This record gives sequence, C-alpha cells and structure tokens, in this order.
Amino acid sequence: MKWLTVLALKLALLMISLGARAELTIEITQGMDNPTAIAVVPFAWQGPGSAPTDIASVIDGDLNRSGQFLPVSRSDMLGLPSVQSEVYYRDWRAIDTEYLVIGRVSVAGQMRIEYELFDVLRQNKVHAGVVTGAVSEARMLAHQVSDAIYEKLTGIRGAFATRLLYVSVTRVPGGNDYFRLTLADSDGARPIVLLESREPVMGPTWSPDGRQIAYVSFESSRPAIYRQDLATGQREQLTNFKGLNSSPSWSPDGNTMAMVLSKDGSPDIYLMNLASKQLTRVTRHYAIDTEPAWMPDGKSLLFTSDRGGRPQIYRYSLSSGNTERVTFEGTYNARARVAQDGRNVVMVHQQNGSFHIALLDLVSDRLHVLTATELDESPSIAPNGSMVLYATKYAEQGILAAVSVDGGVKFRLPAREGDVREPAWSPYMGR
Amino acid sequence: MKHLPVAGKFITVLFTAAFLVACSGSDTKKEDEAAAAAAAAAAAASASAARAAQETADKQQTLDDAAAAVGNVFYFDFDSSNLRSDAIEALNAHIAALQGTDRSVRLEGHTDERGTREYNIALGERRANSVRDYMVANGIATHRIESVSYGEERPIAYGSGESNWSQNRRVELK
Repeated sequence: MKWLTVLALKLALLMISLGARAELTIEITQGMDNPTAIAVVPFAWQGPGSAPTDIASVIDGDLNRSGQFLPVSRSDMLGLPSVQSEVYYRDWRAIDTEYLVIGRVSVAGQMRIEYELFDVLRQNKVHAGVVTGAVSEARMLAHQVSDAIYEKLTGIRGAFATRLLYVSVTRVPGGNDYFRLTLADSDGARPIVLLESREPVMGPTWSPDGRQIAYVSFESSRPAIYRQDLATGQREQLTNFKGLNSSPSWSPDGNTMAMVLSKDGSPDIYLMNLASKQLTRVTRHYAIDTEPAWMPDGKSLLFTSDRGGRPQIYRYSLSSGNTERVTFEGTYNARARVAQDGRNVVMVHQQNGSFHIALLDLVSDRLHVLTATELDESPSIAPNGSMVLYATKYAEQGILAAVSVDGGVKFRLPAREGDVREPAWSPYMGR
Repeated sequence: MKHLPVAGKFITVLFTAAFLVACSGSDTKKEDEAAAAAAAAAAAASASAARAAQETADKQQTLDDAAAAVGNVFYFDFDSSNLRSDAIEALNAHIAALQGTDRSVRLEGHTDERGTREYNIALGERRANSVRDYMVANGIATHRIESVSYGEERPIAYGSGESNWSQNRRVELK
C-alpha cells in the first residue's frame, strides 16, 4: 500500500510538472489534392470576461488534421458573424470558401455550444446543433462539434471526440530510462500521465467501452498484465506468470482478454475470462505466436506467428478451432489491427529491409503500403476507420504519426521531449 | 567440498589413536596425556580444514575473476538466437564459476529495434532461453536460472544502424 500512496503522490506531481512537456504538437505533412475550403469563424463568447477556450480553433485543427478540409485563415475573413442574420454569402464566396461554421458559447453551470453549418455556394443552412457539458471538458465539446460537421459533410462519423494512449520514454543512459503511460485527447492536447516507471511499460490497449485500459508493466522487474479503470484509477494485476505476459487485447464484448503467455514453453495465445480469471489456451505451437487482435464480431482472432519460418499474420476461428494464414506478400507481416468494418487490417510490413505500415483489404485480398518511412510500427486504427496512428522515427526521435487509410493524408505528432511510441486510439466514447 | 571427507578420516584416525592410548592405562596422568593428544589432533584437523576451505575459496575467486573478465553480456547475430562461438567461450567461464556454488542467475534477453515490439519480446526470450538451455546442458540446475525478456525496450545504444543494433542484440547474465 505504501508504494501506491507514493505512486499517487508522484502522479499528482507529474500532472503538474510534466503535463505540458509530454504534449504532442501536430505537423501536417501531406493533405488531399483538393481539400474542401471551410471557414470556422471564432465563436461568440456570451459570458463574463474572455472565453476560457477558443472553441473555433479546436474545430479548425480537427478539420485540418483530417486532410479533407482546408480551414480559411482568420485574417482572410471579411466579417466575423456569430448568428445567421450576420452571414453574407458573397463575403465568403469572395475568398473561395465552400462551407461556413459559426457559433456561440455560453456558460450557466454547464458550457453550452450552439453552432450552425452553411453551404456557401447553395446559400443554405446544412446543419445546426447544440452540445453541452462541463466547462473543464470544453475541448471535448469542441471535438463533438467537429464530429458532427465532419459527418454532415463526408457521411462518415467523426472520431475527434476520442482519446489516445501512448508510451513515452525519456532516455537516461545506463539502463535508467523513464517510461510513462499517457492519456491525451485525439489531438494530443490535455495529456495526463497514468503511470510512470523506471521499468518498461508496453502494449496499452482499451476496453471496448473506453472506460478501462490494460497494459504490460515491468515494475516488479518482470512483465505483468494490469488493467486500470480510468475514472477511479483502480488497478488490478491480471497475470504474473513465469516468462512472457504480453499483448493484452480486449474482446469486443468486454468479457475476455486475449494475451500472450510463455509459461508452458513457447509464446502462445491465451484467453482470460475477466470475471473468473480462468485461462483457455488458444494456440499450441513451438513457434512464436503473439500479438492477438480480435475481429469486430468476436468470432476469430488475428495473430502473428513465425511457424512458417518468418512472421506472418494468421487467423484463428474460435468456433472451429481452425487456423489459416492471412498474409502472403513479403517476408515480415506482424501486429495486425482490424478496422470496425472487419475488412481493413493494418499491420507492420517489411519491404526492402524497411518496416512500413500496410493495409490489407480482406475482401479484395490486396495489400497497400501506406507509409514510406523506415521504422514504422504499432499501427492503431481510428474507431471510424479513417486514419491510422502509428509510431516511427524522425530525426533519431521516436514520434507518433498518422496516415489516412487511402494513404493520401499524413501528419506527424512530435513530442517536445523523449521518444513516443505505441499509440492506442480509443473506441468512441459515447455521445 | 572434497576436503571434508579427507579431514574427517584424519580426525577419525586420530580419535581412534587417542582412544587406544586412553584405554591402555589407568592412571589420570595417562588420561590427561590422551586428552592433550586428542586436542592437538583436533587442532591440526581444524587447521587443515581451514587450509582446504581457503584453497577452495581461492579457486572460486579465480573462477569468478575469469568469469568477470569475459563480461556478462553475450551478443547475437541479426534475427538469431544461436549462441555465437565468442558467447560460448564467455558462457563456459560463467558456468565454471557457478558450478562450485549455489548462486542463482537472471538472464535478460534483448533485441535491436527492428520489427514489432511484441515479436521482439518473444525473440528476446528465445535468446535468453538458448543461453539457459546451454547452461542447463552443462550442469547448472534449471531452478537456479530465471529468464526475463525486455525485447527492444532497454537498448544499450540508442541510435539506428548496425553499429548500434549489434550492441543491443544481447543476453545479459546478472
């Protein structure tokens, strides 16, 4: 219990002192050829003093990061309307704006954001909405507005009001590196350090309802799998077996944790019933079997195995117990993650000696290499299937980067300090 | 521990001699003489045992020094968990040093940064286990060895390129 208190203290201090340092910034490196020009006018603040959060700039950043939109610069705007009666379409046509977003923010206990979306060419209102919530969640409310705008204009549900987990490492030579597990908004803002350790922290992953996380920590000088409730901070050690305890992955129904254990010899996939803690062995092979990933229907698992000599992706059917090989292109395919559509699978794929992120379409059986950098790993797909977040190296620093599933949009999220790795994109957090 | 039976026999012989001396006479002077002889014999035996223990300790120290001289890090080729000849030579020194003791060891397996983290954790375990298997085959009991894999999480050299990677593909004996 003593170290728990110490840990809590440490965490409190960290949140104060290191919060800002761990923050990620965004650098868009490649957008679409013809992005839609959209103007997000600064929202009118209807409260005392000045607005606590620039809601419009959060929305602006979200739409910009999607690569599908090109936000209009505020300095180019000929007027700053906040209600429909102040909207003059000709002012927006003059600066080639296709869509216009205006809004108002007020606080009466809770924060209330009203917003309207206009089609400048057709000169009509496309959508109007209201979001409300705690003032401290202002940025999340702004992301919800982005989600609605994105869905109206693309037909795809937005994934801006989601969160990320990632591991960051501060290098201290001599085996004294600092490892941190951090939770942040999908744009990298508001980072919170959940765990800090001198020992490695690996494989963060989300429960399907987004309320719990699981990860591997070496804090006991051996790897063990833990799960943690985000609201209460309560933590439970799930495993502490001899050998590997790695790759936790929650089943879509939330009841089972797939994991990798080597307690019976070589690394194999096991399923743990989270209520009874009972283990079921899934694979039984002297080769390395690792990196389990559930198909969205919960009926089969993808995993990496070198049973054929080199690591490739295989699929295990829970009903039939059959295993079939999934990847055939290239000599190294590993760590699959499946989009919610059950069709797109992202993975690490080696080509000419370099490790890239590739997307395998399970229907057409086509493999598309999405990235061109050398040491790309740990792909994590957005809940709406639009973007893939992954880890790479840039200027000898470990950073996060993102690429759209069609490869057309790319951005980097460099941290101000340390190496950042193993991003895990949350599921939808509920509306 | 070979010296113990030898010293034991020596003591037994001396005590037997002392007993025979003690039984041969009846006056107290003879008994005193016998007791003194036994004490002298015991002292001689204990000195001999200490000498033997010192010899053993010296021998162990020599073995420990030899093991320390070869280092506690064994390197591996890319994507391989096979022991290299330089690793085997170094390991033999450690095995020799361990054989005279009941010390436990921890083998920490590591990989370079290429490939996925979870797969590398498995590769690191393979490396640690191949060192373990060699040690077990050469007479070190399994229960004295613990293998832990860190995969690519604890590099010695932080940069990329073979000159860094080759330093990171290793098993450390602790």
